[in-house]
Amino acid sequence: MSGRKGYIARVSGPVVTVKGLEDVKMGEVVYVGEEELIGEVVRISSDFFIAQVYEDTSGVRPKEPVVATGKLLVAELGPGLMSRTFDGIQRPLRDIRELIGDFVQRGVKVSALPRNKKWHFKPTVGKGAKVEEGDIVGEVAETPLITHKVMVPPGIKGRISWISEGDFTVDEPIAEVEYDGRRYELKMMHEWPVRRPRPFRERLPSELPLVIGQRVIDTFFPVAKGGAAAIPGGFGTGKTVTLHKIAMYSDSQIVIYIGCGERGNEIAEMLMEFPQLVDPRSDRPIIERSIVIANTSNMPVSAREASIYMGVTMAEYYRDMGYDVTLIADSTSRWAEALREIAGRLGEMPVERGFPAYLPDKIAEFYERAGRIKTLGRPEREGSVTILGAVSPPGGDFNEPVTIHTLRFVGAMWALDTELAYRRHFPAINWLRSFSQYADTVERWWTRNVSKDFPQYRRRALRLLTIASEIEAIASVVGEGALPDDQRLILLVSEILKEGFLRQVALSGEDVFCIPRKQYLLLKMIIDFFDKAYELITKRVSVDEITKVPEIFEMMRVKEDERGIKAVEDLYRRTMKKLDELAQKYGIIYSG
Amino acid sequence: MGSDVWYFDSEILTRYPGKIYRQVKELRGNLLVIDGVEDSAYDEVVYIYSRDGRERAGRVLETKIGEAIVQVLGEREGLETDILVKFTGSTFKIPVSEDIVGRIFNGRFEPIDGLPPVVSGDWREITGAPINPVAREYPHDFIQTGISVIDGMFSLVRGQKLPIFSVSGLPHNIVAAQLARQATVRGEGEEFAVVFAGVGLRSTEANFFIEQFRETGAIERMVAILNLADDPAVERLMTPRIAMTVAEYLAFDLEMHVLVIMSDMTNYCEALREISTARGEIPGRLGYPGYMYSDLASIYERAGIIKGKRGSITLFPILTMPGGDLRHPIPDLTGYITEGQIFLSQELHTRGIYPPVNVLPSLSRLMKAGIGRGKTREDHRYVADQLYDAYSRGVKARDLARIIGEVGLSERMRRFLKFADEFEKVFVNQNPEENRPIEETLDRAWQALATLPEEELVRIPREMIEKYHPKYRG
Ligand SMILES: Nc1ncnc2c1ncn2[C@@H]1O[C@H](COP(=O)(O)OP(=O)(O)OP(=O)(O)O)[C@@H](O)[C@H]1O
Ligand SMILES: [Mg+2]
Repeated sequence: MSGRKGYIARVSGPVVTVKGLEDVKMGEVVYVGEEELIGEVVRISSDFFIAQVYEDTSGVRPKEPVVATGKLLVAELGPGLMSRTFDGIQRPLRDIRELIGDFVQRGVKVSALPRNKKWHFKPTVGKGAKVEEGDIVGEVAETPLITHKVMVPPGIKGRISWISEGDFTVDEPIAEVEYDGRRYELKMMHEWPVRRPRPFRERLPSELPLVIGQRVIDTFFPVAKGGAAAIPGGFGTGKTVTLHKIAMYSDSQIVIYIGCGERGNEIAEMLMEFPQLVDPRSDRPIIERSIVIANTSNMPVSAREASIYMGVTMAEYYRDMGYDVTLIADSTSRWAEALREIAGRLGEMPVERGFPAYLPDKIAEFYERAGRIKTLGRPEREGSVTILGAVSPPGGDFNEPVTIHTLRFVGAMWALDTELAYRRHFPAINWLRSFSQYADTVERWWTRNVSKDFPQYRRRALRLLTIASEIEAIASVVGEGALPDDQRLILLVSEILKEGFLRQVALSGEDVFCIPRKQYLLLKMIIDFFDKAYELITKRVSVDEITKVPEIFEMMRVKEDERGIKAVEDLYRRTMKKLDELAQKYGIIYSG
Repeated sequence: MGSDVWYFDSEILTRYPGKIYRQVKELRGNLLVIDGVEDSAYDEVVYIYSRDGRERAGRVLETKIGEAIVQVLGEREGLETDILVKFTGSTFKIPVSEDIVGRIFNGRFEPIDGLPPVVSGDWREITGAPINPVAREYPHDFIQTGISVIDGMFSLVRGQKLPIFSVSGLPHNIVAAQLARQATVRGEGEEFAVVFAGVGLRSTEANFFIEQFRETGAIERMVAILNLADDPAVERLMTPRIAMTVAEYLAFDLEMHVLVIMSDMTNYCEALREISTARGEIPGRLGYPGYMYSDLASIYERAGIIKGKRGSITLFPILTMPGGDLRHPIPDLTGYITEGQIFLSQELHTRGIYPPVNVLPSLSRLMKAGIGRGKTREDHRYVADQLYDAYSRGVKARDLARIIGEVGLSERMRRFLKFADEFEKVFVNQNPEENRPIEETLDRAWQALATLPEEELVRIPREMIEKYHPKYRG
């Protein structure tokens, strides 16, 4: 590609106009200026083109050279991604630190996958085998948790003319495919253009829940494996904490976390915790199944734009191996703002709040890359990418372009509520404003694996909370004392639900992850309590009498009891017995 | 070129090396469009010499072959198209050395304390470079400020960035000064060095800070960068960056623990809006540029700790919320960047409570790493949680009482109302001179909580109640 050289005609922040280079293509990577800053072609005109540069352009001058690479912006895919940290254009941040110190300077070039590390490759097909794109030809133990499947890259097929077991670097050949007299060397790594979704055979319905261990999500607003959910909320309402918890405790096989225009200390926190936190399912530290992409708010804006695609491409790659991957993007609003800033510098017409007209398309394209699929190739396998995106609406007001368009393309929304956060009710997910279209599809999983009557309890609890909010509105005008007893009971039980079920603040210990069965038992306890107490009230027991039942306070905190399910079952028995005694005292015989 | 310099002595013109141009095509607000410039660098610093004999600095905002757009720093009055512009060939840098400690500078880093300029061969770009996220140490050392409501409920840790959201007329400067005066990490004798960035401050406000530091002797460990209300507004864009560059030098070269105070960052944002408007950029909310988030982050994210280095940067930006509105873009974007916020309230101030911290919208996100057994006290987290919960109920009861009268409240709500009063009185309220150790802070919290029946304390584990509740402590 030598000789494809032009020069800079204009610099305005990350946007650089280049002349003297005719045959570039959209999305092509270029090296800009004496320092060879990495950029990408974003607009082509007859006698110039415009590149967005992924690094700080201070000091760059007109007339400096620009070199076209002939390649699109790609992700390197192969063993060596897992448990590492990259910036928005897939430069490994630890290597950068070793190379140039504690601050990220521009112009550094380090390849994403280490070139000198040898991996032990074990073939799973033999010489003479006929293979095509997506076929697994061998395996590498990438981390103790993740077996990396080496696949025939898209677009390749033929007969294996040789394949060998042994220790190889990612760019040494491990096999050769022959087709029609042409030979193609298979390596453990290949490249994929990040803006193009990777191919698969077919989409499958998403019926399994991603079990997160947060009651308000799993029980009321679940997300399916292969689904997409958004978590919008003003600052400090709990987007990052919720997403971190999902990264740490959910039953994902692989987590890819994109810190997109957010805080450096939040990345530091993850990098501190992930190597220490042991996943009880595998007994291994979760870093062994995680990849972090960190393009913090003070790192270049255009690389922030790229980070989203980088992350989702890696997610699709592991999906293609047959894994269930959770992709987390915190925050997609910062990505949209990066789009806006670049569009502004390109002089594109803004439509809503300065965002370009193609914002909805970009958001849709991103969330479309979620899904549960049957992969290409053999052996037959299924994989999924679940996308969870934080949205940071200005002023916490959801009526703004990024939130509005995101909600069109996701199946679940966890609406964070500033009022709840102010009261330190976390997760501050508003149970009246949130939704999940997956609730019905994953219900079967609950009835099969947890309990037949789970759906019924779920619906009743939601209804009770809805009614309670209406009563609360009245109470805030007339005072609780002026309400009839049955309404006060509803308020009492909704209080128990909020404190004892919805609220889940633990950062460690029993309540950090609530297993589905316990979620069900807690819900059942509270709703059965309501039913019994309601009957007592209709038979003239005063609500004050019921409020005095000391087990009520226990119901609010049993979720944290280290004895887990046993504690809930025990409390259930005691509470019901207490109500029965009350009934006896008043000479009541239950109807049901 | 000699003939061009008819209104300058050659001494000034040779102060900085570089090429000189005089074809100014257009003057628009603080922007100069200069013709014939072949290859100025993006972000390059220029010096501008006008007939009035003044020298101004500027920087290149956009460069193309044959033209540069320059933002003028400094007074624009007196500018005309017949001026000389000198391109220095480099971006904006300041000299650093140990001699900057104890000094006072203006928004161009020129000394204004009557002492000679800093001489050093070590020049640093004021824009700085991002800390590599993998090089960051997660902040965890509790800073005791001696202010109960902060230490107890919004504990601050070394390396955190925590703004104070206020409105004009509230004592935010007094709170900030008290913080700077009292902040210590317990068990360490070492005191904080202070970098103070005055951004568009009135001189009385700036003097208030300097005096405070002088009185306590802190001035020996202080560097002040002052851009006063009557200084050029565009220099406000440099002031915080100079302060962070100084802070980075003190923290990561001289290994000091640094507290940076910036007041008032609202003035910074106004200056940013002004420049953006002059450039004709597409405005975001309320005319502030769409990149204000990233721009503020490029300042605030420079706070922190680096693995393997002894020093740290803890940052307190102070800002006044236009119209007292938390949703205004300035506090809103700040809150999205910083690690919490301390929110001052007019209402508490009117009721005579100092510090008038509105507890409910305030937050410290890094609190959890700095508190608990071995750091503050084992009951800290639970007590803070319980205070929050009880106070929010108390405030709700107070609001309701305004509508239906206190008698209309349920007995339970009346108790929370009483708690809220007690909490504000014994816990929040204190003297600006009063420095309370964390144990006293927590004991006062228990004193307030003791007004509630024990079973209401659902957020505190039983064994903590038995250990710390006044009832059991005799
Ligand atoms: N589930 C939770 N349990 C306990 N505390 C929580 C929880 N969620 C949030 N918090 C508290 O709220 C604070 C802010 O949460 P978080 O950082 O997740 O907010 P955010 O929505 O990501 O804000 P921003 O948009 O500014 O990044 C946390 O530091 C923590 O104190
Ligand atoms: Mg966040």
